[in-house]
Amino acid sequence: MATKASRSAARLMISPAVLLLLGWMIIPLSMTVYFSFLRYNLLMPDGNPFVGWDNYYWFFTDPSFKDAMLNTLLLVGGVLAITTVGGVLFALLLDQPMWGQGVIRIMVIAPFFVMPTVSGLVWKNMFMNPVNGIFGHIASALGMQPVDFFSQIPLLSIIFIVAWQWLPFATLILLTAFQSLDQEQLEAAEMDGASWLARFWYIMLPHLARAITVVILIQTIFLLSIFAEILVTTNGGPGTSTTNLTYLIYVSSLLQYDVGMGSAGGVIAIILANIVAIFLMRMIGKNLDA
Amino acid sequence: MGRIALKQVTKSFGPVTVIPPLDLDIEDGEFVVFVGPSGCGKSTLLRLIAGLEDTTSGRIEIDGTDATGMPPAKRGLAMVFQSYALYPHMSVRKNIAFPMRMAKMSKQEQERRIEAAAKALNLTDYLDRRPGQLSGGQRQRVAIGRAIVREPDAFLFDEPLSNLDAALRVGMRLEISELHKRLDTTMIYVTHDQVEAMTMADKIVVLQSGVIEQVGSPLDLYRSPRNKFVAGFIGSPKMNLIEGPEAERRGAHTIGIRPEHLSVSDRTGDWTGTVGVSEHLGSDTFFHVTIPGFAEPITVRAGGDVDLHHGDTIHLTPDATQIHRFGTDGLRIE
Ligand SMILES: Nc1ncnc2c1ncn2[C@@H]1O[C@H](COP(=O)(O)OP(=O)(O)OP(=O)(O)O)[C@@H](O)[C@H]1O
Ligand SMILES: [Mg+2]
Repeated sequence: MATKASRSAARLMISPAVLLLLGWMIIPLSMTVYFSFLRYNLLMPDGNPFVGWDNYYWFFTDPSFKDAMLNTLLLVGGVLAITTVGGVLFALLLDQPMWGQGVIRIMVIAPFFVMPTVSGLVWKNMFMNPVNGIFGHIASALGMQPVDFFSQIPLLSIIFIVAWQWLPFATLILLTAFQSLDQEQLEAAEMDGASWLARFWYIMLPHLARAITVVILIQTIFLLSIFAEILVTTNGGPGTSTTNLTYLIYVSSLLQYDVGMGSAGGVIAIILANIVAIFLMRMIGKNLDA
Repeated sequence: MGRIALKQVTKSFGPVTVIPPLDLDIEDGEFVVFVGPSGCGKSTLLRLIAGLEDTTSGRIEIDGTDATGMPPAKRGLAMVFQSYALYPHMSVRKNIAFPMRMAKMSKQEQERRIEAAAKALNLTDYLDRRPGQLSGGQRQRVAIGRAIVREPDAFLFDEPLSNLDAALRVGMRLEISELHKRLDTTMIYVTHDQVEAMTMADKIVVLQSGVIEQVGSPLDLYRSPRNKFVAGFIGSPKMNLIEGPEAERRGAHTIGIRPEHLSVSDRTGDWTGTVGVSEHLGSDTFFHVTIPGFAEPITVRAGGDVDLHHGDTIHLTPDATQIHRFGTDGLRIE
């Protein structure tokens, strides 16, 4: 029971935390916005004049911007597709009673604990390297030309690595969702004459819908800012074929020392992320109502 | 047609035998009730018939054909679960239509049957709601609707009313009985509520630890229980079971007398005791009477107007024709 007095007391109590969080967010955000309107290049220490929307103009018209947008979309979309479909399948598999279930579950979850830089390097040097990598060895053993993953299919390779990292997360969430499915519903459907496929389609998938939306939302937020995997494998190349928005911002601000331009990119990224977030919040909201 | 026969059926979960060899015949159109204490294997038996569990050994025949290895959908049975097991993301209409959709029935036929079922079960106004927006009784009716549209050979109910409140339970009990009269289809009904068993059944199967203790009509079981377990289980309040000299005097190890077969007097009677707790129900009063020489208090039913209270002396006389006698093995002595 919240009385008026206790409610205002509660507000007073939480205000320091709220203010701290607000400052934590507002100060860097406003500094980024401020820098984005300055010509601020570390290589040209000639003052930082106000240049209005120039940085934004140059960032948008930069040919690599279009590539970066497209790559970001492909990366996020590709990883989401692989992890949700794969996650559902893995969850189905892990939900079956089998020998050594506990150990297998821990092993499936393991990739999630590997640091992005480490997993990027492991995949690059031990698996995908055309000379030393396992895939290369297998290909040559079979008498085929080894694939040079990072020069022939660079974006796909990165999508694969990132999907490998996020698959456990999706699997874990979907597995718990599977386990909360009322077994009697499945039995009722079985008695109603539904085949396994029909049960999957009409009973299990709708039950998973909410968990799938949660997986998509959380992953999208993290996938928009994928960086380490690109840095340690392809450095955004060849050309701009694996440069996503985050990487482009890194290139402008830290490789070209253009703080103003980097900030402009950052602001654009914030706006894009928020658009995505609003979309997803709505989708989830609708799903949670039902 | 819904003739079901179990022949030497057993069921074990790992090393635990839940159902030792069991034989049972259920005739077409019968309303059979399985009763027994919790954990005695009622649900397991029902699920064996439904095909949701595999038998460990033995045969299950439906209409004379061997159905032991048949998948549930092929057996032509419909089941109503204790938790209703409605599909939460589908409307009531879709829930009821689901089995027909799986059977690839024509849209018009589906529509016709849904309308008929909805009318019979008072669901017409709720067809477009989700199960989450219905009350317990309405959900139960949807579950029944989903079962009847398939026009199965037999219905299986697993404690369908145990989640409802007392008043609703009485109402649904009547509805299910009426449904049985109207459809004239075999129904197997699991419950641990012996009032449901007595009022609904054509035939009651009393189970204890997977063993059938007795099969018979409700009145059969009431009048001549085959053993002490059935005697104590059927009837409410429970039959008084008395051991000791009182039983030996009548040539039995134990004698049983129902609370309604004892007459009460404040002056004379065979047994004299003191009133303990008394339960006044208006129409009846139940007295718990402590009698010297009896191990346990005796429950007795008296009219609602009998005015006796805690600590009063009471005289009881059993109706000699209604005394049940049981031997040392617990079986009835005729
Ligand atoms: N899957 C299972 N694995 C192991 N034991 C089981 C399983 N299912 C049921 N049992 C055991 O079988 C016995 C009978 O269970 P069942 O569910 O048939 O009882 P019931 O008569 O329906 O009881 P209730 O009235 O409480 O529903 C119980 O002792 C239970 O522990
Ligand atoms: Mg049960």
